[in-house]
Amino acid sequence: MKADHPQAVNEAPIEFSANTMAEINRVIGLFPEGKQKSAILSVLHLVQDEFGWVSVGAMNRVALILGIQPIEVYEVATFYTMFHLDPVGKNVLEVCRTGPCQLVGSDDLITYIEEKLDIKVGETTKDGMFTLKTVECLGACGYGPMLMCKYQFYERLNKEKVNEMLDAMREASNS
Amino acid sequence: MSRKLLIEHAEVPGIASYETYRKHGGYASVEKALKTMSPDEVVEEVKKSGLRGRGGAGFPTGMKWSFLAKPEGVERHLVCNADESEPGTFKDRYLMEKLPHLLIEGMITSSYALGARRSYIYIRGEFMYVLRILEKAIAEAYANGMLGKNILGSGYDLDLVVTPGGGAYICGEETALLESLEGKRGNPRMKPPFPAVKGLWGNPTVVNNVESIAAVVPIVNEGGEAYAKIGIERSTGTKLISASGNLVRPGVYEIELGLSVEEFIYGDNYCRGIANGKKLKACIPGGSSVPILPHYLVTKTAAGTDRLMTYESLADGGFASGSMLGSGGFIVFDEDQCIVRNTWNFARFYAHESCGQCSPCREGTGWMEKVLYRLEHGTGTLEDISLLEEINKKIEGNTICPLGDAAAWPVAAAIRHFRDEFEWHVKSPQEAQTRNYGLIQAPLEA
Repeated sequence: MKADHPQAVNEAPIEFSANTMAEINRVIGLFPEGKQKSAILSVLHLVQDEFGWVSVGAMNRVALILGIQPIEVYEVATFYTMFHLDPVGKNVLEVCRTGPCQLVGSDDLITYIEEKLDIKVGETTKDGMFTLKTVECLGACGYGPMLMCKYQFYERLNKEKVNEMLDAMREASNS
Repeated sequence: MSRKLLIEHAEVPGIASYETYRKHGGYASVEKALKTMSPDEVVEEVKKSGLRGRGGAGFPTGMKWSFLAKPEGVERHLVCNADESEPGTFKDRYLMEKLPHLLIEGMITSSYALGARRSYIYIRGEFMYVLRILEKAIAEAYANGMLGKNILGSGYDLDLVVTPGGGAYICGEETALLESLEGKRGNPRMKPPFPAVKGLWGNPTVVNNVESIAAVVPIVNEGGEAYAKIGIERSTGTKLISASGNLVRPGVYEIELGLSVEEFIYGDNYCRGIANGKKLKACIPGGSSVPILPHYLVTKTAAGTDRLMTYESLADGGFASGSMLGSGGFIVFDEDQCIVRNTWNFARFYAHESCGQCSPCREGTGWMEKVLYRLEHGTGTLEDISLLEEINKKIEGNTICPLGDAAAWPVAAAIRHFRDEFEWHVKSPQEAQTRNYGLIQAPLEA
């Protein structure tokens, strides 16, 4: 169910792991008393780190933790593009498509990954291993074309490097 | 070779650790400021230095600091804008990744000057690995008495927190950043009130770019006057330039302001020319929001003088034949690049990143993207080119924040200088799909 669904608020809050909860409490503690809402982006990153994406049930739990209304979480999670509001593959490849990367071949990079994984931008491979997305400028313009996966930057990419990268990701996700 | 005031030690092994940073003279500005200077004296040095905001707007940092309201009993904040998201700009990432303690040192010295006891670094969420580096460095600074209570026995207390964004270009705009830091959508605020009066949680706040805060370190160490001696006129000191696009050696360079653009693009110490032996077609010298320059206006001004890397020289000629230094995001195009495609690409960026609050920007950026898509994909008309100019005029100046202007100006500049190439896309759509237009001719050569 999506955050903009009228019934969203009724979806049962899901449980987070003890590790995630400990980290959530740490980041909330970084802000002064009564300003815990400031930690919301950190909290949503932690939730996404655990589940791979941010469900309505997870957002409802975040609202309870921060002592705010569910709508305050939905409006934030839907505004910031890093949060995946649908299930994604184990490895989300976010390829920069903005000007400076385009000058050095990001269009070709996107096409190559589409062919290699047999999916289009926005889709997930059948085995659930990879999701391909395009994103706007990631601040790596001098080292393009590039992509980000799990907060890691893969830069100055060419076909060989992409092949190696995909193999390594596959291996890491299977082990 | 230029003097380096910021990144001289960036490649020293272990410089990200407190110990190594300290060995290379780190935290001297904290000692000097907290032990021998009053907060106002620090502000005075920054004013004397002539330092201008390095995030893009170029507003004098010392003056911005002097606007900070100081009502009795109200907390004040310094917030570092590490949201670096202007396409073409990646200098702050380099600085923070390599020299996390330089930013922390700048934050301590600057917070002291402003009387802030709780300061924040807001870093874009995609730089999570840099955030981890900063967190580690902050912990080291606490452990060594540079943060926390009674720093160096001065009686000054400071807490410093680094916190991530979530992927939104607009959060680089300072009031949107503050909204985001309060845990909300990044919708820019109406000004006034300015953050200096009502900022984070309603408290007086200064928001400064990473590089501006780092520059406070050499300014305090060497004195504002010494800093002001570097550079030309009102462009003082050194600047980090992010060079990208079709260059032999793209990357981050620290230059003394006043270096010639010619030397920066072609010099051995800098970018070493255009990649693959190609010719220069165009350059966007200050991040995607500033006007593009055709090749004949990059190294020379319209008046024929050498173009320099300064706020004034890059703007020489106004919007008719100049651009801006902006954030120092220096994007270079070779002769094979298509200006229509690139203009569409950036229009798509702004349409994607508009926060949606103001109608002229929300609707206008989308329209521009659609019209440019048509032109790039061979279904545009000559009227589309005038339509773009019309939309432009209806966006600029009619929005709460500068994103609207940032989206409109580059399109206007691209049409101004490359109208022939746009018209060629309309008149020869088939040909435009198979080859690039090539270099545009200078008006005098035509």
